[in-house]
Amino acid sequence: MRRALALVAVLSVALLIGPAAAQDKPRYGGELIFAVPSEPPSYDAHQEETFGLIHPMAPHYSTLMRVDPSDRTGTKPVGDLAESWTISKDGLVYTFKLRKGVKFHDGSEMISRDVKASYDKIIFPEAAMKSSRRTTYQAVEVVEAPDPTTIRFRLKWPESSFMLNLASPWNWIYKADILAKDPRWYEKNVMGTGAFKFVEHVKGSHWVGKKNADYWDKGKPYLDGYRALFITSSSAQVAAVRGERAHIQFRGFSPAERDQLVAALGPKITVQESPWDCVLMVAMHHEKKPFDDKRVRRALTLALDRYEGSKNLSRIAIVRDVAGIQVPGTPYATPPAELEKLAGYGRDINASRAEARRLLKEAGVPDGFTFTFKNRGTPMPYEPVAIWLIDQWRQIGLNVKQEVIEASAYHPMLKRGDFEVAMDFACGFIVEPDLDLGRFVSNSDANYGKHKDAVIDELYTKQARASDLEERKKYVRALEKRLIDEEVHVFYTLQWHRIIPHSSKVKGWTITPSHYLNNQLDAVWLSE
Amino acid sequence: MWRYLLKRFLLMFPTLLGVATLIFFLMRVVPGDVVELRMAGDRGVVSQEAVEKERVRYGLDRPLWEQFFTWLWGAVRLDFGRSMWTGAPIWEEIKLRFALSLQVAIMATVVAVLLAIPLGVVAALKQDTWVDYAVRIFSTAGQATPSFWLGILFILTLLIVFKWLPPMVYTPFWVNPWQNLAQLIWPALTVGYRYSAVATRMTRSAMLEVLREDYIRTARAKGLLANLILTRHALKNAMLPVVAVVALEFAFLIGGLVVTEQVFNLNGIGLLFVQAVAHRDYTLVQALVMLVAGAFIVVNFCMDVMYAWLDPRIRYR
Repeated sequence: MRRALALVAVLSVALLIGPAAAQDKPRYGGELIFAVPSEPPSYDAHQEETFGLIHPMAPHYSTLMRVDPSDRTGTKPVGDLAESWTISKDGLVYTFKLRKGVKFHDGSEMISRDVKASYDKIIFPEAAMKSSRRTTYQAVEVVEAPDPTTIRFRLKWPESSFMLNLASPWNWIYKADILAKDPRWYEKNVMGTGAFKFVEHVKGSHWVGKKNADYWDKGKPYLDGYRALFITSSSAQVAAVRGERAHIQFRGFSPAERDQLVAALGPKITVQESPWDCVLMVAMHHEKKPFDDKRVRRALTLALDRYEGSKNLSRIAIVRDVAGIQVPGTPYATPPAELEKLAGYGRDINASRAEARRLLKEAGVPDGFTFTFKNRGTPMPYEPVAIWLIDQWRQIGLNVKQEVIEASAYHPMLKRGDFEVAMDFACGFIVEPDLDLGRFVSNSDANYGKHKDAVIDELYTKQARASDLEERKKYVRALEKRLIDEEVHVFYTLQWHRIIPHSSKVKGWTITPSHYLNNQLDAVWLSE
Repeated sequence: MWRYLLKRFLLMFPTLLGVATLIFFLMRVVPGDVVELRMAGDRGVVSQEAVEKERVRYGLDRPLWEQFFTWLWGAVRLDFGRSMWTGAPIWEEIKLRFALSLQVAIMATVVAVLLAIPLGVVAALKQDTWVDYAVRIFSTAGQATPSFWLGILFILTLLIVFKWLPPMVYTPFWVNPWQNLAQLIWPALTVGYRYSAVATRMTRSAMLEVLREDYIRTARAKGLLANLILTRHALKNAMLPVVAVVALEFAFLIGGLVVTEQVFNLNGIGLLFVQAVAHRDYTLVQALVMLVAGAFIVVNFCMDVMYAWLDPRIRYR
């Protein structure tokens, strides 16, 4: 009880002083030390997908656009290297004026050729090169650099998410001359235009950056440097923050770890929390009986008491909000009252479960029917969520056996379709329907359940091309209803919840729903 | 004596060859390959063509026997190639971690020997007295306590009582000895305690056995000083099984401290091993296995040399 009160007190203080702290005058100097639970396999953000690369390395680079570092929803694009921009009336041409006098860390000037070379590498990579987010730029026809300070994107069709997609934290701007000589150079080297220069990477141990005195945004950065410590064990991360060996860990801690830190450090710790743009979904193989029957799939989602689950699981796991296909609090999220009308979201769990039993009976699924649920061998939050799911399904007469697959072998298993029912997962870098929902299109590589649904495909295209916010919302809602209610191709469990307890000395950093955002550190400072 | 040592030395090579063959083919049997995991492991979207080109780049398209002999020829020249996960030279991945693991192993061994031999001897000399019982309780507790749990206790005690945590980043001893010891003394104590528990019990039982031998009785009958009997006649002979336990445990510590490394955030070989297996990083796993096997074989060889020194029957055989 005392611990809970302490937590409430600290959270309240954090909320109250939050806006005031933002008005504090930034202090120069100091080294930010943060823990990173993973390590970059290579140094090339265009190829990689792990936050283990973004957290230690993003401070070395700039992007054309970025997400506003003070926006808690993480959905507002602002210029980074772009100073201004125009969009043609038909939505097919995006023209950006670049900032002048931006310098790479080797002293050379950054011009539009560099932006073009970087985007060409992302969108039109050579056959042997990996580009992880190439498919999200299918609308781009060509990237042009008509003069040194102008960069232009010509699209094949208008795409409402395009601007936000340019704010991707992965799209680091590299130097064109280097890429021309060796497109793989950036896999093993660091050289950008960011607020911090690279000092050293000791494998398995730490990463160090120092202030870039020539950074384009005069007066920034505030820190003299930063040090990222690679710490894989979560208990060691907590110990590092608790022992004041690290100021922060940008990915997130569990509720128990937050409580432990708050109880131990009191006012020395500030907690920021946000819905997390990560979710565990349940994928059901549409070519395997009885999951080819939508009544069975619907019964599986109807069995879940999401509201009670949220209450209990949020105490022990990094999940909390009951949500649809968009992160709560973001522009396209379905309001709770509307969400309750969807299958499995109703407040009357007894009625839902009675309906589930009826559907199973109607589909010829006997009481005590057994199936295997495949889960990823990552404890948090996969393990508690899977246990909850299995318990919920047991309550409608299903007997579920869990099979845990080693984390590194999990995705290949999903791709092979070697499952009846499996935990699917998604983590976005920006909450944007185009980026989040592309996986549900029939021909998507991430359509693991192998559903074929022309209606979903059409709705996806319509929302992607809708220029009016309300019109787009309408399509997103229709897609949501079709996906998780009418056809139940997949269904969502609970939204992840991001918890960042950090040293109260850390200022100028705002939590967002994505742990891939806000890692450039140019606005971060230490109060002492 | 020399013939015995030469025979032992030559035996090292077929053993290493056997290990090399076994690990190479075992890694190929494990489902999933490094290119697939590296390029499309975590929801990556990449063309099959790119995957195939990457396989060619790593030589994984070539027949297995050709891959094996190419790797073996490299291993003979101590060139283990590059990590397939990070692309960095294997030696670069291993050297710092090996230095750390080796130091922890040495420090833990020193802790274990300093605890085990005096305690084991005292327990044997004072058999069935309160001293003996105390030593037995101490060593049984050491055997029963997982070292990672003891490590967590150490950390919590340091944090709660002393408001201090060991440094999180490894500093080599020659750069800053104080910083280095401040980080590594805790895992060395943690592991050393468990390690000493086995060695204490072994020392005690070996001493008890030796103290009942005829030659000890004869030495006593001759009127030799008790200390002389203990050090020259009893201890040396009782050390044979203790040396075996200490040596094998030392070799194990180089690559086997996965959980302890996690608890103390040590950038050691054990954790690297686990990550390399998870990534199916063939070249790195193979190099690490060879390193650990090499450590075992060298330690075994040293043990054989010590046996010969401790027991004349072996060197005159």
